[in-house]
Amino acid sequence: MFTRGLWNFPAHGMRAHFGELDRMRRHLDQIFGQLEQPAAVARGAGVFPLVNLTETQDNYIIRGEIPGVPADKLDIQTMGRNITISGERQIDIDPNAKYHRRERESGRFSRAIALPGDIDRDKVSATLKNGVLELTIPKAQAAKPRKIDIK
Amino acid sequence: MTHHDEGKELQVGKKQEVSGQAEQTRSGPVFIPAVDIFETRNEINLVADMPGVTPENLNIDLRENTLTISGEIPPYEEKNEEDLLIEYEVGQYFRQFTIPELIDQDKIDARLEDGCLRLVLPKAEAAKPRKIEIKAQ
Repeated sequence: MFTRGLWNFPAHGMRAHFGELDRMRRHLDQIFGQLEQPAAVARGAGVFPLVNLTETQDNYIIRGEIPGVPADKLDIQTMGRNITISGERQIDIDPNAKYHRRERESGRFSRAIALPGDIDRDKVSATLKNGVLELTIPKAQAAKPRKIDIK
Repeated sequence: MTHHDEGKELQVGKKQEVSGQAEQTRSGPVFIPAVDIFETRNEINLVADMPGVTPENLNIDLRENTLTISGEIPPYEEKNEEDLLIEYEVGQYFRQFTIPELIDQDKIDARLEDGCLRLVLPKAEAAKPRKIEIKAQ
């Protein structure tokens, strides 16, 4: 099928090729995904900020590195099971200075994270410390594991 | 939604990791902090992104012409946490620079603000540009 595609549509040959690789990668991901912890959330979408999501019995915890963004430039919203972190990172450029390195980037960002279970959105708490944001999101009662007593 | 507004969108920058650092003694990944370095007439400024670093575990060292900044981020996870999605790691920060100018070491100012290190290195009098007057005969 790939060969035919290549001959008939030379321009699409490469795409067909990558398509095949993509499928293979997805397939492998599936296999490995089954071995690992259940992948509750889509893999890194490549959107700022990168986040780490963990859970305890009672909470989900989201952490993200957002250096140089003060709390008042940060907006956190919840909707259903989704948490959105958005804001803007501003970097003042001194027009009179001579720049030797400029590696730090500025701009707006918005990141949505879908949590695997229902949450108690009224009790979400957030701390910003040394450029690290930490959100503690209590699980909804229904989403918590419950121990069943055996009589 | 903010991303309909005008203005640049911030791209994600993967943390850069040091590949082979000979003098590394502790285990764990070593990251290269992203920096801005700019120079004005009287000083050299350095801003480095080092999220998670605290004044206690940040080290700044200027020896001869080499400026070293390093920091260590201890693991933050509690024992009872289970990973669901891990996109970044923490470890050490390490980066060295060669500073060609003479620096007035006593007046170096370092500040840590929202995970950014701001370093002001004032030039020593001898290193400041001096305008040479041309005398007309």
